Amino acid sequence: MQYIIVGAGPSGVIACETIRKLDQKAQITLITGQKEPPYSRMAIPYFLEHKITEAGTYLRHNSEHFRALNIIVINEKITAIVTPKNTIKLADGTELGYEKLLLATGAHAVSPPIEGISLNDVHNCWTLEDARNIASKAVSGSSVVLMGAGFIGCIILESLLKRGVNLTIVEMGDRMVPRMMDDTAGGLLKSWCESKGVKILTSEQVTSISEADSSDKHSLIVNLKDSQDLSADLVICATGVKSNIDFLDGSGIIVDQGIIVNEFLQTNIDNIYASGDVAQGLDFSDQSLHVQAIQPTAVEHGRIAAINMVQHNSCVHHGSINMNILDTMGLISASFGQWMGVEGGQESILLDAKNFRYLNLQFKDECLVGMSSLGHTQNIGVVRGLIRSKVKLGIWKQRMMKDPSRLMEAYLADL
Amino acid sequence: MEKSLVINPDKCTGCLQCEMACSYENEGVFNPSKSRIKVFTFHQEGRFVPYTCTQCSDAWCQHACPVDAISLNLVTGAKEVNDSSCVGCKVCTISCPFGTINYNQSSGKVIKCDLCGGDPKCATACPTQAITYIDANQTGMDKMRKWASVTDNTSTNTSANA
Repeated sequence: MQYIIVGAGPSGVIACETIRKLDQKAQITLITGQKEPPYSRMAIPYFLEHKITEAGTYLRHNSEHFRALNIIVINEKITAIVTPKNTIKLADGTELGYEKLLLATGAHAVSPPIEGISLNDVHNCWTLEDARNIASKAVSGSSVVLMGAGFIGCIILESLLKRGVNLTIVEMGDRMVPRMMDDTAGGLLKSWCESKGVKILTSEQVTSISEADSSDKHSLIVNLKDSQDLSADLVICATGVKSNIDFLDGSGIIVDQGIIVNEFLQTNIDNIYASGDVAQGLDFSDQSLHVQAIQPTAVEHGRIAAINMVQHNSCVHHGSINMNILDTMGLISASFGQWMGVEGGQESILLDAKNFRYLNLQFKDECLVGMSSLGHTQNIGVVRGLIRSKVKLGIWKQRMMKDPSRLMEAYLADL
Repeated sequence: MEKSLVINPDKCTGCLQCEMACSYENEGVFNPSKSRIKVFTFHQEGRFVPYTCTQCSDAWCQHACPVDAISLNLVTGAKEVNDSSCVGCKVCTISCPFGTINYNQSSGKVIKCDLCGGDPKCATACPTQAITYIDANQTGMDKMRKWASVTDNTSTNTSANA
Protein backbone atom coordinates (compact mmCIF):
# COMPACT_ATOMS: atom_id res chain seq x y z
CA MET A 1 0.00 0.00 0.00
CA GLN A 2 1.23 3.50 -0.92
CA TYR A 3 0.81 6.00 1.90
CA ILE A 4 1.62 9.68 1.64
CA ILE A 5 1.66 11.79 4.78
CA VAL A 6 1.82 15.52 4.20
CA GLY A 7 3.24 17.50 7.10
CA ALA A 8 6.04 16.55 9.46
CA GLY A 9 4.77 17.97 12.71
CA PRO A 10 3.95 15.68 15.66
CA SER A 11 0.77 14.44 13.99
CA GLY A 12 2.36 13.46 10.68
CA VAL A 13 5.40 11.90 12.30
CA ILE A 14 3.44 9.75 14.74
CA ALA A 15 1.14 8.72 11.89
CA CYS A 16 4.09 7.49 9.80
CA GLU A 17 5.47 5.55 12.74
CA THR A 18 2.09 4.01 13.54
CA ILE A 19 1.55 2.95 9.93
CA ARG A 20 4.98 1.34 9.92
CA LYS A 21 4.16 -0.62 13.11
CA LEU A 22 0.94 -1.92 11.59
CA ASP A 23 2.15 -2.58 8.05
CA GLN A 24 5.76 -3.64 7.55
CA LYS A 25 5.36 -3.67 3.77
CA ALA A 26 3.76 -0.23 3.40
CA GLN A 27 5.45 2.35 1.21
CA ILE A 28 5.46 5.49 3.33
CA THR A 29 6.41 8.94 2.07
CA LEU A 30 6.51 11.95 4.40
CA ILE A 31 6.26 15.34 2.70
CA THR A 32 7.42 18.43 4.58
CA GLY A 33 7.46 22.01 3.36
CA GLN A 34 10.17 22.92 5.86
CA LYS A 35 13.90 22.64 5.27
CA GLU A 36 14.73 21.34 8.73
CA PRO A 37 14.28 17.82 10.05
CA PRO A 38 10.85 17.42 11.73
CA TYR A 39 10.88 19.65 14.79
CA SER A 40 8.54 20.64 17.57
CA ARG A 41 7.35 24.19 18.05
CA MET A 42 6.61 23.32 21.68
CA ALA A 43 10.38 23.39 22.15
CA ILE A 44 10.91 26.84 20.63
CA PRO A 45 10.71 28.77 23.94
CA TYR A 46 13.49 26.59 25.32
CA PHE A 47 15.58 27.21 22.20
CA LEU A 48 15.07 30.96 22.70
CA GLU A 49 16.34 30.80 26.25
CA HIS A 50 19.39 28.75 25.23
CA LYS A 51 18.28 25.72 27.21
CA ILE A 52 18.59 23.62 24.05
CA THR A 53 20.18 23.95 20.63
CA GLU A 54 18.19 23.79 17.41
CA ALA A 55 18.72 20.04 17.34
CA GLY A 56 17.02 19.86 20.74
CA THR A 57 13.76 20.90 19.07
CA TYR A 58 13.76 17.91 16.73
CA LEU A 59 10.84 15.53 17.11
CA ARG A 60 13.18 12.55 16.78
CA HIS A 61 16.78 12.82 17.86
CA ASN A 62 18.24 9.94 15.91
CA SER A 63 19.12 11.35 12.47
CA GLU A 64 18.64 7.90 10.96
CA HIS A 65 15.19 7.50 12.52
CA PHE A 66 13.12 7.82 9.34
CA ARG A 67 15.57 5.91 7.17
CA ALA A 68 15.61 3.08 9.72
CA LEU A 69 11.82 2.88 9.47
CA ASN A 70 12.05 2.97 5.69
CA ILE A 71 10.08 6.22 5.54
CA ILE A 72 11.01 8.42 2.58
CA VAL A 73 11.19 12.10 3.56
CA ILE A 74 10.74 14.74 0.85
CA ASN A 75 11.39 18.38 1.74
CA GLU A 76 9.07 20.13 -0.68
CA LYS A 77 5.83 22.08 -0.37
CA ILE A 78 2.55 20.57 -1.52
CA THR A 79 0.68 22.75 -4.01
CA ALA A 80 -2.39 20.70 -4.91
CA ILE A 81 -4.23 17.39 -4.64
CA VAL A 82 -5.68 15.86 -7.77
CA THR A 83 -8.28 13.66 -6.17
CA PRO A 84 -9.61 11.91 -9.31
CA LYS A 85 -6.07 10.75 -10.11
CA ASN A 86 -5.06 10.07 -6.49
CA THR A 87 -1.98 12.24 -6.85
CA ILE A 88 -0.45 15.22 -5.10
CA LYS A 89 1.57 17.98 -6.74
CA LEU A 90 4.69 19.46 -5.21
CA ALA A 91 6.21 22.91 -5.69
CA ASP A 92 9.07 21.51 -7.79
CA GLY A 93 6.59 20.09 -10.29
CA THR A 94 6.71 16.49 -9.12
CA GLU A 95 3.46 14.55 -9.05
CA LEU A 96 3.23 11.63 -6.63
CA GLY A 97 0.61 8.89 -6.50
CA TYR A 98 -0.99 7.63 -3.30
CA GLU A 99 -3.47 4.99 -2.32
CA LYS A 100 -4.08 6.53 1.13
CA LEU A 101 -3.29 10.13 1.96
CA LEU A 102 -3.02 11.86 5.32
CA LEU A 103 -3.14 15.64 5.44
CA ALA A 104 -1.31 16.84 8.53
CA THR A 105 -0.28 20.19 7.11
CA GLY A 106 -0.66 22.06 10.38
CA ALA A 107 -1.35 25.74 10.78
CA HIS A 108 0.35 29.03 10.14
CA ALA A 109 0.60 32.19 12.20
CA VAL A 110 -1.76 34.96 11.22
CA SER A 111 -1.11 38.66 11.60
CA PRO A 112 -3.64 41.46 11.82
CA PRO A 113 -3.96 43.49 8.60
CA ILE A 114 -2.30 46.62 9.87
CA GLU A 115 0.15 48.95 8.21
CA GLY A 116 3.76 47.96 8.77
CA ILE A 117 3.09 44.33 9.69
CA SER A 118 5.52 43.16 6.98
CA LEU A 119 8.41 45.35 8.12
CA ASN A 120 11.77 43.72 8.64
CA ASP A 121 11.78 43.70 12.41
CA VAL A 122 8.26 42.32 12.80
CA HIS A 123 8.12 38.55 13.21
CA ASN A 124 5.67 35.83 14.11
CA CYS A 125 6.63 33.21 16.65
CA TRP A 126 5.65 29.94 15.04
CA THR A 127 8.42 28.34 12.99
CA LEU A 128 12.05 27.63 13.74
CA GLU A 129 12.87 30.32 11.17
CA ASP A 130 10.81 32.79 13.25
CA ALA A 131 12.68 31.69 16.34
CA ARG A 132 16.05 32.35 14.69
CA ASN A 133 14.90 35.83 13.72
CA ILE A 134 13.66 36.55 17.23
CA ALA A 135 16.88 35.21 18.71
CA SER A 136 18.99 37.51 16.55
CA LYS A 137 17.01 40.63 17.46
CA ALA A 138 15.83 40.07 21.04
CA VAL A 139 19.21 40.89 22.48
CA SER A 140 20.07 42.32 25.87
CA GLY A 141 18.88 45.90 26.28
CA SER A 142 16.59 45.84 23.24
CA SER A 143 12.93 46.85 23.40
CA VAL A 144 10.42 44.25 22.34
CA VAL A 145 6.69 44.62 21.80
CA LEU A 146 4.74 41.39 21.93
CA MET A 147 1.35 41.48 20.22
CA GLY A 148 -0.95 38.92 21.81
CA ALA A 149 -0.99 37.47 25.32
CA GLY A 150 -2.40 34.10 24.34
CA PHE A 151 -0.74 30.75 24.84
CA ILE A 152 2.15 31.36 22.47
CA GLY A 153 2.77 34.88 23.67
CA CYS A 154 2.84 33.80 27.30
CA ILE A 155 5.02 30.76 26.78
CA ILE A 156 7.89 32.81 25.35
CA LEU A 157 7.80 35.51 28.05
CA GLU A 158 10.37 33.87 30.25
CA SER A 159 12.82 33.31 27.42
CA LEU A 160 12.47 36.93 26.30
CA LEU A 161 13.14 38.21 29.81
CA LYS A 162 16.11 35.86 30.16
CA ARG A 163 17.50 37.43 27.01
CA GLY A 164 17.45 40.74 28.87
CA VAL A 165 14.92 42.64 26.77
CA ASN A 166 12.53 45.40 27.85
CA LEU A 167 9.16 43.89 27.19
CA THR A 168 5.72 45.36 26.57
CA ILE A 169 2.74 43.15 25.81
CA VAL A 170 -0.27 44.43 23.90
CA GLU A 171 -3.38 42.27 24.15
CA MET A 172 -6.69 43.00 22.49
CA GLY A 173 -8.72 41.00 25.04
CA ASP A 174 -9.47 42.27 28.53
CA ARG A 175 -7.05 39.81 30.17
CA MET A 176 -4.20 37.45 29.51
CA VAL A 177 -4.88 34.04 27.89
CA PRO A 178 -8.57 34.89 27.34
CA ARG A 179 -9.19 31.61 25.53
CA MET A 180 -7.63 29.48 28.24
CA MET A 181 -8.52 31.04 31.58
CA ASP A 182 -11.31 33.06 33.21
CA ASP A 183 -10.88 36.67 34.31
CA THR A 184 -9.81 35.78 37.87
CA ALA A 185 -6.95 33.60 36.66
CA GLY A 186 -6.13 35.87 33.72
CA GLY A 187 -6.00 38.83 36.11
CA LEU A 188 -3.69 37.01 38.51
CA LEU A 189 -1.44 36.07 35.63
CA LYS A 190 -1.27 39.72 34.64
CA SER A 191 -0.24 40.89 38.10
CA TRP A 192 2.30 38.06 38.25
CA CYS A 193 3.88 39.27 35.00
CA GLU A 194 3.82 42.88 36.12
CA SER A 195 5.58 41.90 39.34
CA LYS A 196 8.36 40.50 37.14
CA GLY A 197 8.82 43.78 35.31
CA VAL A 198 6.70 43.18 32.21
CA LYS A 199 4.49 46.02 31.02
CA ILE A 200 1.07 44.73 29.95
CA LEU A 201 -1.59 46.66 28.09
CA THR A 202 -4.87 44.76 27.91
CA SER A 203 -7.93 45.93 25.92
CA GLU A 204 -5.38 47.64 23.70
CA GLN A 205 -4.54 47.30 20.02
CA VAL A 206 -1.61 47.98 17.75
CA THR A 207 -3.00 50.17 14.98
CA SER A 208 0.14 50.47 12.85
CA ILE A 209 3.88 49.98 12.90
CA SER A 210 6.28 52.33 11.17
CA GLU A 211 10.01 52.68 10.72
CA ALA A 212 11.69 55.06 13.12
CA ASP A 213 13.94 57.90 11.97
CA SER A 214 17.51 56.86 11.38
CA SER A 215 18.49 59.10 14.31
CA ASP A 216 16.32 57.04 16.66
CA LYS A 217 18.11 54.29 18.54
CA HIS A 218 15.16 51.96 17.99
CA SER A 219 14.10 50.77 14.55
CA LEU A 220 10.31 50.77 14.96
CA ILE A 221 7.48 52.93 16.23
CA VAL A 222 4.43 51.00 17.37
CA ASN A 223 1.21 53.00 17.32
CA LEU A 224 -1.52 52.04 19.75
CA LYS A 225 -5.23 52.72 19.74
CA ASP A 226 -5.50 54.35 23.18
CA SER A 227 -2.02 54.52 24.71
CA GLN A 228 1.11 56.38 23.76
CA ASP A 229 3.34 55.12 20.91
CA LEU A 230 6.01 52.60 21.78
CA SER A 231 9.56 52.42 20.44
CA ALA A 232 10.82 48.95 19.64
CA ASP A 233 13.67 47.02 18.08
CA LEU A 234 11.48 44.02 17.51
CA VAL A 235 7.75 43.36 17.32
CA ILE A 236 6.63 39.78 17.86
CA CYS A 237 3.21 39.01 16.50
CA ALA A 238 1.54 36.13 18.33
CA THR A 239 -2.07 36.91 17.54
CA GLY A 240 -3.28 33.50 16.43
CA VAL A 241 -2.99 30.69 13.94
CA LYS A 242 -5.06 29.28 11.09
CA SER A 243 -5.15 25.84 9.48
CA ASN A 244 -3.13 25.39 6.28
CA ILE A 245 -5.92 24.63 3.83
CA ASP A 246 -5.32 26.97 0.89
CA PHE A 247 -3.76 24.26 -1.29
CA LEU A 248 -7.04 22.33 -1.12
CA ASP A 249 -8.89 24.76 -3.39
CA GLY A 250 -10.52 22.77 -6.16
CA SER A 251 -9.70 19.41 -4.58
CA GLY A 252 -13.28 18.67 -3.56
CA ILE A 253 -12.23 18.20 0.07
CA ILE A 254 -14.70 19.89 2.39
CA VAL A 255 -13.24 22.54 4.65
CA ASP A 256 -14.55 25.02 7.18
CA GLN A 257 -12.03 26.45 9.70
CA GLY A 258 -10.00 23.34 8.95
CA ILE A 259 -10.56 20.10 7.08
CA ILE A 260 -13.81 18.48 8.19
CA VAL A 261 -13.19 14.94 9.43
CA ASN A 262 -15.48 12.20 10.72
CA GLU A 263 -15.07 9.88 13.71
CA PHE A 264 -12.30 8.04 11.84
CA LEU A 265 -10.41 11.25 11.02
CA GLN A 266 -11.48 10.68 7.44
CA THR A 267 -12.38 13.51 5.06
CA ASN A 268 -15.33 13.42 2.70
CA ILE A 269 -13.05 11.57 0.27
CA ASP A 270 -12.68 7.95 1.36
CA ASN A 271 -8.93 7.50 1.00
CA ILE A 272 -7.96 10.90 2.38
CA TYR A 273 -7.62 11.54 6.12
CA ALA A 274 -6.63 14.64 8.07
CA SER A 275 -5.13 15.14 11.51
CA GLY A 276 -3.64 17.72 13.86
CA ASP A 277 -3.86 21.50 13.51
CA VAL A 278 -5.34 21.27 10.02
CA ALA A 279 -8.20 18.97 11.04
CA GLN A 280 -11.53 20.18 12.32
CA GLY A 281 -12.38 17.12 14.34
CA LEU A 282 -14.62 16.08 17.15
CA ASP A 283 -14.28 17.88 20.47
CA PHE A 284 -14.95 15.51 23.36
CA SER A 285 -16.66 18.11 25.50
CA ASP A 286 -19.36 19.50 23.22
CA GLN A 287 -19.28 16.81 20.53
CA SER A 288 -18.98 19.43 17.80
CA LEU A 289 -16.18 19.97 15.30
CA HIS A 290 -13.28 22.25 16.26
CA VAL A 291 -9.74 22.96 15.22
CA GLN A 292 -8.04 22.60 18.60
CA ALA A 293 -4.48 23.16 17.42
CA ILE A 294 -2.83 21.61 20.46
CA GLN A 295 -0.05 19.04 20.72
CA PRO A 296 -1.93 16.25 22.55
CA THR A 297 -4.76 16.38 20.02
CA ALA A 298 -2.31 16.38 17.10
CA VAL A 299 -0.73 13.21 18.45
CA GLU A 300 -4.06 11.53 19.23
CA HIS A 301 -5.34 12.37 15.74
CA GLY A 302 -2.18 11.12 14.08
CA ARG A 303 -2.33 7.73 15.77
CA ILE A 304 -6.02 7.17 15.22
CA ALA A 305 -5.92 8.31 11.59
CA ALA A 306 -2.98 5.98 10.92
CA ILE A 307 -4.76 2.99 12.46
CA ASN A 308 -7.85 3.71 10.37
CA MET A 309 -5.83 4.12 7.19
CA VAL A 310 -4.24 0.71 7.66
CA GLN A 311 -7.07 -1.15 9.38
CA HIS A 312 -10.14 0.11 7.52
CA ASN A 313 -11.73 2.48 10.01
CA SER A 314 -11.50 0.13 12.97
CA CYS A 315 -10.70 2.81 15.54
CA VAL A 316 -13.31 5.37 16.56
CA HIS A 317 -12.24 8.81 17.71
CA HIS A 318 -14.57 9.81 20.55
CA GLY A 319 -13.31 13.36 20.54
CA SER A 320 -10.29 15.11 21.95
CA ILE A 321 -10.32 17.14 25.13
CA ASN A 322 -9.08 20.67 24.67
CA MET A 323 -6.33 21.26 27.21
CA ASN A 324 -3.33 23.45 27.79
CA ILE A 325 -0.55 23.85 30.29
CA LEU A 326 1.46 27.02 30.32
CA ASP A 327 4.50 28.17 32.25
CA THR A 328 4.54 31.96 32.42
CA MET A 329 7.79 32.89 34.10
CA GLY A 330 7.38 30.16 36.68
CA LEU A 331 3.64 30.49 37.27
CA ILE A 332 2.06 27.36 35.85
CA SER A 333 -1.49 27.54 34.57
CA ALA A 334 -3.58 24.78 33.09
CA SER A 335 -7.04 24.35 31.68
CA PHE A 336 -9.05 21.36 30.53
CA GLY A 337 -12.31 20.79 28.69
CA GLN A 338 -15.19 23.10 29.55
CA TRP A 339 -13.20 25.21 32.01
CA MET A 340 -15.63 28.09 31.35
CA GLY A 341 -18.52 25.99 32.67
CA VAL A 342 -21.68 24.66 31.08
CA GLU A 343 -25.32 25.61 31.28
CA GLY A 344 -26.95 24.02 34.29
CA GLY A 345 -23.57 23.05 35.68
CA GLN A 346 -21.97 23.73 39.05
CA GLU A 347 -18.58 25.10 39.95
CA SER A 348 -16.22 24.90 42.87
CA ILE A 349 -13.47 27.46 43.28
CA LEU A 350 -10.45 27.77 45.55
CA LEU A 351 -8.63 31.08 45.39
CA ASP A 352 -5.47 32.17 47.17
CA ALA A 353 -4.65 35.37 45.28
CA LYS A 354 -1.72 36.31 47.52
CA ASN A 355 0.12 33.13 46.56
CA PHE A 356 -1.15 33.06 42.98
CA ARG A 357 -3.01 29.80 43.50
CA TYR A 358 -6.34 29.08 41.91
CA LEU A 359 -8.36 25.97 41.26
CA ASN A 360 -11.68 26.00 39.43
CA LEU A 361 -13.64 22.79 38.86
CA GLN A 362 -16.68 22.63 36.60
CA PHE A 363 -19.29 19.90 36.96
CA LYS A 364 -22.26 18.79 34.94
CA ASP A 365 -24.55 16.51 36.94
CA GLU A 366 -22.21 14.03 38.62
CA CYS A 367 -19.29 14.41 36.23
CA LEU A 368 -16.28 16.67 36.03
CA VAL A 369 -16.37 18.52 32.69
CA GLY A 370 -13.72 21.21 33.05
CA MET A 371 -10.96 22.64 35.16
CA SER A 372 -8.63 25.61 35.24
CA SER A 373 -5.83 26.29 37.65
CA LEU A 374 -2.85 28.38 38.61
CA GLY A 375 0.02 27.01 40.65
CA HIS A 376 -1.16 23.40 40.63
CA THR A 377 1.00 20.83 38.91
CA GLN A 378 0.99 17.61 40.90
CA ASN A 379 -1.02 14.74 39.36
CA ILE A 380 -2.71 17.24 37.07
CA GLY A 381 -3.26 14.60 34.37
CA VAL A 382 -6.02 12.97 36.43
CA VAL A 383 -8.25 15.83 35.32
CA ARG A 384 -8.06 14.45 31.80
CA GLY A 385 -8.74 10.96 33.19
CA LEU A 386 -11.81 12.11 35.15
CA ILE A 387 -13.28 14.13 32.29
CA ARG A 388 -12.58 11.46 29.69
CA SER A 389 -13.92 8.53 31.70
CA LYS A 390 -17.09 10.45 32.75
CA VAL A 391 -16.82 8.87 36.17
CA LYS A 392 -19.95 9.45 38.24
CA LEU A 393 -18.44 11.16 41.24
CA GLY A 394 -21.33 10.66 43.68
CA ILE A 395 -20.37 11.69 47.21
CA TRP A 396 -17.02 12.92 45.89
CA LYS A 397 -18.68 15.63 43.90
CA GLN A 398 -20.21 16.94 47.14
CA ARG A 399 -16.82 16.79 48.81
CA MET A 400 -15.13 18.60 45.92
CA MET A 401 -17.87 21.25 45.89
CA LYS A 402 -16.72 22.03 49.45
CA ASP A 403 -13.01 21.59 48.73
CA PRO A 404 -11.84 21.30 45.11
CA SER A 405 -8.35 20.33 46.21
CA ARG A 406 -9.70 16.85 47.00
CA LEU A 407 -9.54 16.07 43.30
CA MET A 408 -6.88 13.40 43.63
CA GLU A 409 -8.73 11.66 46.43
CA ALA A 410 -11.84 11.61 44.28
CA TYR A 411 -9.87 10.05 41.49
CA LEU A 412 -8.41 7.36 43.72
CA ALA A 413 -11.52 6.66 45.75
CA ASP A 414 -12.46 3.57 43.77
CA LEU A 415 -9.02 2.11 43.58
CA MET B 1 7.92 -12.69 32.44
CA GLU B 2 7.74 -8.93 32.79
CA LYS B 3 7.28 -7.74 36.33
CA SER B 4 5.09 -4.92 37.54
CA LEU B 5 4.64 -2.87 40.63
CA VAL B 6 1.51 -4.17 42.27
CA ILE B 7 -0.19 -2.00 44.83
CA ASN B 8 -2.55 -3.27 47.47
CA PRO B 9 -3.94 -0.23 49.29
CA ASP B 10 -5.57 -2.41 51.96
CA LYS B 11 -2.14 -3.32 53.31
CA CYS B 12 -0.80 0.24 53.38
CA THR B 13 -0.30 1.80 56.83
CA GLY B 14 0.70 5.23 55.50
CA CYS B 15 4.24 5.00 56.88
CA LEU B 16 5.69 6.74 53.78
CA GLN B 17 8.80 4.54 53.70
CA CYS B 18 8.17 4.12 49.96
CA GLU B 19 8.25 7.87 49.38
CA MET B 20 11.46 8.18 51.40
CA ALA B 21 13.12 5.35 49.51
CA CYS B 22 12.03 6.71 46.13
CA SER B 23 13.21 10.21 46.87
CA TYR B 24 16.56 8.97 48.17
CA GLU B 25 17.13 6.66 45.22
CA ASN B 26 16.22 9.22 42.58
CA GLU B 27 17.02 12.59 44.14
CA GLY B 28 19.60 11.72 46.76
CA VAL B 29 17.52 13.25 49.57
CA PHE B 30 14.91 11.95 52.00
CA ASN B 31 12.12 14.23 50.88
CA PRO B 32 8.66 12.76 50.24
CA SER B 33 7.73 15.75 48.08
CA LYS B 34 10.31 14.57 45.54
CA SER B 35 9.00 11.04 45.45
CA ARG B 36 7.66 9.50 42.26
CA ILE B 37 5.28 7.36 44.31
CA LYS B 38 2.71 9.15 46.44
CA VAL B 39 0.65 7.86 49.32
CA PHE B 40 -2.76 9.51 49.41
CA THR B 41 -4.59 9.67 52.71
CA PHE B 42 -8.33 9.30 53.07
CA HIS B 43 -8.84 10.84 56.47
CA GLN B 44 -12.51 10.01 56.81
CA GLU B 45 -12.00 6.33 56.03
CA GLY B 46 -8.55 6.02 57.64
CA ARG B 47 -7.31 4.62 54.37
CA PHE B 48 -4.02 5.02 52.51
CA VAL B 49 -3.48 4.57 48.79
CA PRO B 50 0.04 4.44 47.32
CA TYR B 51 -0.04 5.55 43.73
CA THR B 52 2.45 5.69 40.89
CA CYS B 53 2.84 5.01 37.16
CA THR B 54 1.57 1.63 35.94
CA GLN B 55 3.87 1.77 32.87
CA CYS B 56 0.69 1.49 30.79
CA SER B 57 0.98 0.15 27.28
CA ASP B 58 -0.70 3.24 25.84
CA ALA B 59 2.18 5.40 27.05
CA TRP B 60 0.27 8.67 26.73
CA CYS B 61 3.26 10.55 28.07
CA GLN B 62 5.60 9.04 25.52
CA HIS B 63 3.36 9.78 22.55
CA ALA B 64 2.61 13.32 23.66
CA CYS B 65 6.26 14.24 24.21
CA PRO B 66 7.25 16.69 21.48
CA VAL B 67 10.99 16.07 21.78
CA ASP B 68 11.34 12.29 22.01
CA ALA B 69 12.41 12.44 25.65
CA ILE B 70 10.41 9.45 26.90
CA SER B 71 11.44 6.00 25.83
CA LEU B 72 10.62 2.41 26.61
CA ASN B 73 13.13 0.37 28.58
CA LEU B 74 12.90 -2.94 26.77
CA VAL B 75 14.16 -4.90 29.78
CA THR B 76 11.84 -3.55 32.48
CA GLY B 77 8.97 -2.23 30.35
CA ALA B 78 9.30 1.14 32.09
CA LYS B 79 8.75 4.39 30.25
CA GLU B 80 11.75 6.48 31.16
CA VAL B 81 12.39 10.21 30.93
CA ASN B 82 15.65 11.17 29.32
CA ASP B 83 16.74 14.28 31.24
CA SER B 84 19.06 15.50 28.54
CA SER B 85 16.20 15.71 26.01
CA CYS B 86 13.32 16.84 28.26
CA VAL B 87 12.74 20.59 27.84
CA GLY B 88 10.16 20.82 30.63
CA CYS B 89 7.18 21.73 28.43
CA LYS B 90 4.82 19.65 30.65
CA VAL B 91 2.61 18.42 27.80
CA CYS B 92 3.05 14.87 29.11
CA THR B 93 1.74 15.93 32.53
CA ILE B 94 -1.66 16.88 31.10
CA SER B 95 -1.71 14.01 28.62
CA CYS B 96 -1.28 11.20 31.15
CA PRO B 97 -4.84 10.46 32.35
CA PHE B 98 -3.40 8.89 35.52
CA GLY B 99 -1.50 12.00 36.55
CA THR B 100 1.62 10.00 37.28
CA ILE B 101 4.16 12.09 35.41
CA ASN B 102 4.88 15.35 37.17
CA TYR B 103 6.81 18.55 36.72
CA ASN B 104 9.74 19.10 39.04
CA GLN B 105 10.19 22.85 39.34
CA SER B 106 13.70 22.58 40.80
CA SER B 107 15.10 20.68 37.82
CA GLY B 108 12.79 22.19 35.21
CA LYS B 109 12.04 18.70 33.91
CA VAL B 110 9.41 16.05 34.45
CA ILE B 111 9.80 13.01 36.67
CA LYS B 112 8.06 9.66 36.72
CA CYS B 113 8.56 6.16 38.04
CA ASP B 114 11.20 4.24 36.08
CA LEU B 115 11.00 1.08 38.23
CA CYS B 116 14.52 1.98 39.46
CA GLY B 117 15.91 0.05 36.52
CA GLY B 118 14.24 -3.18 37.64
CA ASP B 119 14.73 -2.99 41.40
CA PRO B 120 12.07 -0.58 42.65
CA LYS B 121 13.12 0.77 46.00
CA CYS B 122 9.56 1.55 47.11
CA ALA B 123 8.74 -2.17 47.01
CA THR B 124 11.90 -3.07 48.92
CA ALA B 125 11.16 -0.42 51.54
CA CYS B 126 7.50 -1.30 52.07
CA PRO B 127 7.24 -3.16 55.37
CA THR B 128 3.74 -4.56 54.79
CA GLN B 129 3.91 -5.70 51.16
CA ALA B 130 1.39 -3.12 50.11
CA ILE B 131 3.80 -2.49 47.24
CA THR B 132 5.32 -5.54 45.58
CA TYR B 133 7.21 -6.09 42.36
CA ILE B 134 5.91 -9.30 40.85
CA ASP B 135 4.62 -10.93 37.66
CA ALA B 136 2.38 -8.57 35.75
CA ASN B 137 -0.91 -10.49 35.73
CA GLN B 138 -2.09 -9.74 39.21
CA THR B 139 -5.26 -8.28 40.59
CA GLY B 140 -4.55 -4.67 41.73
CA MET B 141 -2.87 -4.06 38.42
CA ASP B 142 -5.91 -5.18 36.48
CA LYS B 143 -8.02 -2.66 38.28
CA MET B 144 -5.70 0.18 37.32
CA ARG B 145 -5.55 -1.11 33.76
CA LYS B 146 -9.34 -1.02 33.68
CA TRP B 147 -9.03 2.68 34.27
CA ALA B 148 -6.73 2.78 31.31
CA SER B 149 -9.36 1.22 29.09
CA VAL B 150 -12.12 3.64 30.02
CA THR B 151 -9.89 6.61 29.43
CA ASP B 152 -8.38 5.22 26.26
CA ASN B 153 -9.60 6.30 22.86
CA THR B 154 -7.73 3.56 21.06
CA SER B 155 -8.09 0.63 23.43
CA THR B 156 -9.49 -1.63 20.73
CA ASN B 157 -6.21 -1.44 18.91
CA THR B 158 -3.44 -2.07 21.36
CA SER B 159 -1.33 -3.50 18.55
CA ALA B 160 -0.45 0.00 17.50
CA ASN B 161 0.58 0.96 20.97
CA ALA B 162 3.32 -1.55 21.66
